[in-house]
Amino acid sequence: MAALAPILRMTGIGKQFPGVKALDGVDLRLLPGEVHALMGENGAGKSTLIKVLTGVHPIDEGEIELAGRAVAFGSPLEAQAAGVSTVYQEVNLCANLSVAENIFIGREPRRWGRIDWRRMRVRAVDLLDRLELDLDVSAPLSTYSLAIQQMVAIARAIDIEARVLILDEPTSSLDAGEVEQLFRVMRNLKEQGIAILFVSHFLDQIYEISDRMTILRNGRLVGEYLTRELSQVELVAKMIGQELADLEKLHGEAKVFDRPLVEARGLGRTGAVEPFTLTVHEGEVVGLAGLLGSGRTEIARLLFGADHASSGEIAVGGAPVSLRTPRAAMTHRIAFCSENRKSDGLIPDLTVRENIILALQATRGWTRPVPREQQDELVGRYIKALKINPANPEHLVRDLSGGNQQKVVLARWLILEPRLLILDEPTRGIDVGAKAEIQRLVARLSDGGMAVLFISAELEEVLRLSHRVGVLRDRRLVAQLPNDEALTNDVLLETIASGGPA
Amino acid sequence: MRRLLWPLVVLALLLVVNVIFTPTFFSIQMREGHLYGSLIDILRFGAPLILVSLGMTLVIATGGIDLSVGSVVAISGALACLQISQDAGILTAVVLALGLSVLLGAWNGFLVAAVGIQPIIATLILMVAGRGLAQLITDGQIITVNDPAYKLIGGGYWLTVPFGILLVLAVLAVTAFLTRRLALGMLIESVGGNAEASRLAGIRSRGIVIMVYAFAALCAGIAGLMFSSNVSSADGNNAGLWIELDAILAVVIGGTSLAGGRFSLGGTVLGALIIQTLTTTIYSVGVPPETTLLFKALVVTAVCLIQSPAFRDKVFRRRGRPPTPRPAAEEKMRVTA
Repeated sequence: MAALAPILRMTGIGKQFPGVKALDGVDLRLLPGEVHALMGENGAGKSTLIKVLTGVHPIDEGEIELAGRAVAFGSPLEAQAAGVSTVYQEVNLCANLSVAENIFIGREPRRWGRIDWRRMRVRAVDLLDRLELDLDVSAPLSTYSLAIQQMVAIARAIDIEARVLILDEPTSSLDAGEVEQLFRVMRNLKEQGIAILFVSHFLDQIYEISDRMTILRNGRLVGEYLTRELSQVELVAKMIGQELADLEKLHGEAKVFDRPLVEARGLGRTGAVEPFTLTVHEGEVVGLAGLLGSGRTEIARLLFGADHASSGEIAVGGAPVSLRTPRAAMTHRIAFCSENRKSDGLIPDLTVRENIILALQATRGWTRPVPREQQDELVGRYIKALKINPANPEHLVRDLSGGNQQKVVLARWLILEPRLLILDEPTRGIDVGAKAEIQRLVARLSDGGMAVLFISAELEEVLRLSHRVGVLRDRRLVAQLPNDEALTNDVLLETIASGGPA
Repeated sequence: MRRLLWPLVVLALLLVVNVIFTPTFFSIQMREGHLYGSLIDILRFGAPLILVSLGMTLVIATGGIDLSVGSVVAISGALACLQISQDAGILTAVVLALGLSVLLGAWNGFLVAAVGIQPIIATLILMVAGRGLAQLITDGQIITVNDPAYKLIGGGYWLTVPFGILLVLAVLAVTAFLTRRLALGMLIESVGGNAEASRLAGIRSRGIVIMVYAFAALCAGIAGLMFSSNVSSADGNNAGLWIELDAILAVVIGGTSLAGGRFSLGGTVLGALIIQTLTTTIYSVGVPPETTLLFKALVVTAVCLIQSPAFRDKVFRRRGRPPTPRPAAEEKMRVTA
């Protein structure tokens, strides 16, 4: 420790957004020549930390030191000039420009005011050489694979005398071979003394490449660990948190489920989720547990026809069906409340009433409008039942808070009285009261015979609500466990971490 | 209702300007059993623009745009006049012209919704090719027709009122019924507001988009009948030239966002009336002919700026307030272990 002074030290970082404390007293230090993993579930504050570090947002508390000097970057450009470069998840390059142009865009080598194309090409080749890449630098970037494009983004980042390189989920769209190539480059850079901050949701990759890790949860620092000293189970437990369940299990006695409602056999989609077999029975709540990016949402989307399956088949009520579109799934009375309510759920310009009746109206077609009295009755009933606030059906849905928006989307599907309700993270980002309400609702619906597929990052919630839990890891459904006395938080964590039934 | 406030203010202003220059501007007379007057003229000459704008409103609400309506105006007029000049019945002529218009519109919708071409490109194809098609129909000539029944559509009167105005009212009523009484309007706004969320809510957006483009072309087709009927001839080159731009302008002035989503039929009608009144105003004020386009552009720019809340904020409220100074970045040295 004494030998190496941290190149970057962040202490007591706090960041307040309207309504939420995004970061609270977070410390982070990066040593030169290490790969440091930044870990945490969605909403733990990873991206916020990166954003305050690179000057996207100003910090509210704490200080940042780069090579012993206090800094406060006003913009990502300033951070870059000081040697802190970031490569984001989506490749931020211009696919129609050449490789060399992409590396030097905005700071092209010039001679007499004109771009010195020859020098630019030579320097590009040199830079890529550092990454052990041999590319035709005058070819358009689009001729290369995503992995190579990612490397070009890295080349662009390290050109500026980078001392700290931040890689924000660089592997999420790469295949195994491409990941290996990226890791070779990372090791290479590490040897050159660059500190790399690495964000990924794939545990195996973290353990393969990182030396140390910092874990965040709910905007707070959990701790800093040496990767080799922390087991995968401990890591998952620290990321998710072992909050004790205050609520009793919502399902009392064990029920018998013998009437299969939706059966998926060998259903899969290349690049999204490996083929899986899953049966949901009438009245059953099946929970899906797993880390972010493990394929939870992908399963939900396949069962709703939002994506096309590349293999396998689905049967509803014993009869094989083809779910090519959400509409087709809806005719089989399957409903899907998506994880991302902003992009996949709400129509922000429409009112609460219009958003709630939208799916019902869609099933009727435009020629048969839902009569206004029926609209008012339905909307009023669900505003009351779900305690949507403000309770004004003519309010624009864009002005509602996140939790209330979530309830609006939920109401949209409940008025269809589905037989299978797929809930993808229905309680994320909403307050405790609304959360308990939604949980109770799920329990009540399943008692009434509705099947529910319940996806949540919070294991307590999954355990409390589900009769059976499917565990996902690295885009594979690795286990299906009955939710009995033997199934505890620890068993689930173990399964997620190890990739097989304990 | 508040969204219609500024278009109303602008229209009122334009009318006031006209009264100042032409004191008899508001007078409406009965001559030979027909209504006459400047206001009637604005409505009569503005009728085709209102029609085209109504169709454009729905297209824009889905997040699209239709550049081909001008060409459809020409094609529809050309086909109708050709039929009449070949002694086909007027009903046959009208049905054929409108049928072809709908077909062309459905083609636009197909390119946008099924093939996935960007609306501006998809309709640009017909905008350019359509002029050629109109020329083909008229064989490069200007077809003149002399049929009193056909003359009624664009130049005639019915129950003392110009027939064109009645036609617009009818189309407006039908559009309002389809979109606001039936559920079409909400589904259009939903598709335009968030296409992916609409798909996940089970809306068949493809059919809706095709229908909307077909409707826009139908409106353009009716407008084409009006134009050609009014001058008793079909000119494939000049009929409906640039009307798509005026229509887009009318929609925007009426408060419908080009990004799609919420639309306002009333706003669009107001927008089209503003544009038509502006044209009238230019003549009554006596703007020199060579500067009319420039004058029009200036007024339209002013209208658009006045409607922008951000602009009003800047000019009327925020004036003189100094920007909040940014705290300078702390630069301090610290010795570390």
